[in-house]
Amino acid sequence: MNFEVLIASSIDGLTLGFVFGLMAMGLTLIFGVMKVINLGHGPFIVMGMFAVLVLSQNLGINPYLALPIVIVLGLVTGVVTYFVAVHRVINAPELTTLLATFSVNMMLIGALTIIFSTSPRGLSLELPAFRAGTITVLGTRVVAVLIALLVTGALYAFLYRTHIGKSIRAVANNRSAAELMGINSTWALALSFGIGTVLAMVSGALLATLFGFTVLSGGGLETKSFVIVVLGGLGNPTGALLGGIVIGLLESITTIFMPVSYVPVFEFVVFILILLFRPNGLLGAR
Amino acid sequence: MRNQLRVLTIGILLTLGLIIVACAAPTAAPTSAPPTKAPVVEPTKAPAPTAVPAATTAPAATKAPEATKPAATSALAAQAKKLLIGFTASQTGAQQVASKKQVEGLQLWLDDVKKAGGIKLKDGTLYMPEMKFYDDESKTDRVQALYAKLINEDKADFLLSPYSSGLARAAAVVGEQNGKVMITAGAADDVTMEQGFKNTFQLYTPASRYLTGAADMLMKIDPTAKKIAIVYEKDSFSTSVANALKPYAEGKGLNVVMFEGYDTGSTDFSPFINKISATNPDAILGGGHFADGTTFAKQLYDKKTPVRFVTLLVAPPEPTFKDIGDAAQYIIGPSQWEPQVTYSAESAKAANIPYYGPSVKAFTDAYVAKYKDSPSYHSAGGYAQGLLLQKAIEDADSVDPAKIVAALDKMNLMTFYGVIKFSTEAKTHGKQVAHDMVYMQWQKDASGKLITNIVWPLEAKSADGQLRK
Repeated sequence: MNFEVLIASSIDGLTLGFVFGLMAMGLTLIFGVMKVINLGHGPFIVMGMFAVLVLSQNLGINPYLALPIVIVLGLVTGVVTYFVAVHRVINAPELTTLLATFSVNMMLIGALTIIFSTSPRGLSLELPAFRAGTITVLGTRVVAVLIALLVTGALYAFLYRTHIGKSIRAVANNRSAAELMGINSTWALALSFGIGTVLAMVSGALLATLFGFTVLSGGGLETKSFVIVVLGGLGNPTGALLGGIVIGLLESITTIFMPVSYVPVFEFVVFILILLFRPNGLLGAR
Repeated sequence: MRNQLRVLTIGILLTLGLIIVACAAPTAAPTSAPPTKAPVVEPTKAPAPTAVPAATTAPAATKAPEATKPAATSALAAQAKKLLIGFTASQTGAQQVASKKQVEGLQLWLDDVKKAGGIKLKDGTLYMPEMKFYDDESKTDRVQALYAKLINEDKADFLLSPYSSGLARAAAVVGEQNGKVMITAGAADDVTMEQGFKNTFQLYTPASRYLTGAADMLMKIDPTAKKIAIVYEKDSFSTSVANALKPYAEGKGLNVVMFEGYDTGSTDFSPFINKISATNPDAILGGGHFADGTTFAKQLYDKKTPVRFVTLLVAPPEPTFKDIGDAAQYIIGPSQWEPQVTYSAESAKAANIPYYGPSVKAFTDAYVAKYKDSPSYHSAGGYAQGLLLQKAIEDADSVDPAKIVAALDKMNLMTFYGVIKFSTEAKTHGKQVAHDMVYMQWQKDASGKLITNIVWPLEAKSADGQLRK
């Protein structure tokens, strides 16, 4: 075992973990506010990837400068999806919303496949890297971490410092009471679905700056988001960020010690153990 | 909480289901072949050949049979006996793109034969091939049903295979059961050709030899190389390539310092590359398909991994591989055929075997003229399928299946597609034993533009192989 390899892999895992965290935050926010498990999360991540691809390749916008457009696009997509697919079934049993978002998933993947086909795509983006021996810290990863932190900070500021944010939290805590206090819960829910979608799309856009992707890349990332959400604690955005970092580190460090194809198995074993022994997640109440 | 967890569990199961559904198409993907560079276009509606401008096809018929006096073409064609060649094509479904290329190549061959007036036997009998094909929708069960129909209802004289190993295997089984001669293209699977088939002949280099040439090349261009890492996608095609490469490389005295597979769908190779770096290999051989291959090459470059030689399956021959920019430079990839290959009558003479059919340039020019797109190796395979059947009929001087099989067994020749020879051993009968992969490498031309060159084998190379710096 080479110590340098451990350090290099830890840095790789840590940097990726922040983006995973951001990705899972979208899922956990929607769940926390409206108790809906959004199975459209994967395609939303993919939409972020393709949005940044189209904006940078077809319109020549720098991928990072394209992020504000991706955010607006995500917000609109999320709000529209909420009204089309979720709003009417929001009070139905949880399985109904699950199926509704699953339909969204199928439709989005179908539509994206028609437009983009399933051919692999990638962004051509190069930033300076810091190197020391086998340790390489890529500029793209550092920027991804900074943006992930920035977006997380902005999310918390929004939820805790603004009137609308407080309304969303109130709706999450007790929808009926919030409505009695004059809060328009429909818009609060729509907005939180929109923000959840924004988080998914921004994380997708950041992942696109790191790896190649296809229309079908969302499936694996969605499953990973579930694992991270459970790990961090359902409905807890900070937990999601922590869960993301833990999963990122686990993946990269275990790769050194075991055949790389066992890593997902290990990951799901951790997932099951968490479900068994700490079902509320690392940061959830016992 | 428990209720939520239950819903969550259902959610995860549904997601996993979705992933499996989504992955179904790639799993059925050819064990042999990468996606082609061709854009998806509408499937050919009718098998009937389109007329080709004379000037464009003239060179293609360079080595056509002796009886090909163009003046007599129409008169001869009128007396010619019909020879029905049946196959299925994937006009829809996962294999559509590559299959279309294969059929285009075959169509070009048919045009050339028609132009030459048909296939003539020594007694003057003329045979005019006709194609009959159905859309198999890239589905195995359709292939089986349609080949039975081709044999029993359409009374096909000879069969060609659909594109991809899985579909070709299904077709071969039906062909064998009915004693029909079949030449396969687009099918590199080893196992199919190790079942003691009697009438099936494989055109493609089998998967087990996809990377063995890369090991030979490594030892030639970098004699100091000792340690190699074999890393591969864990699908059946890439695994069988890797499994065959390991003993071959060890037999050549190379030390395999790492032999490890990664999951299909892997997106981040950073930790994996750190692990590879720790073993300090001179060369990396392996890979899988397009998406993983490109990401792997890009991350190797980003991390400045000091490996002098990298050969990856499937991805490098694709023109879009160069989208990863400088990371593509020096990456080598195996291909069944590339337009730059230099197989020729002269190289055949040097190898002391006969040359048959059009030259590489004649084929490429005719293809470009007809389809306004450069031929991929799938296209070349399609043409070669027909060409081999034509040669076998001429050699056998008959269309009797037993005589055709005997002629194919004896065949040892070079075409624009490369050298062709089939195994005559009972267990591996019909398996391709002579055709070599060509290895292309992304290099930079004088102006710094990324281009591809054939770097191996030496007799087909268009430039010297370069080591990574």
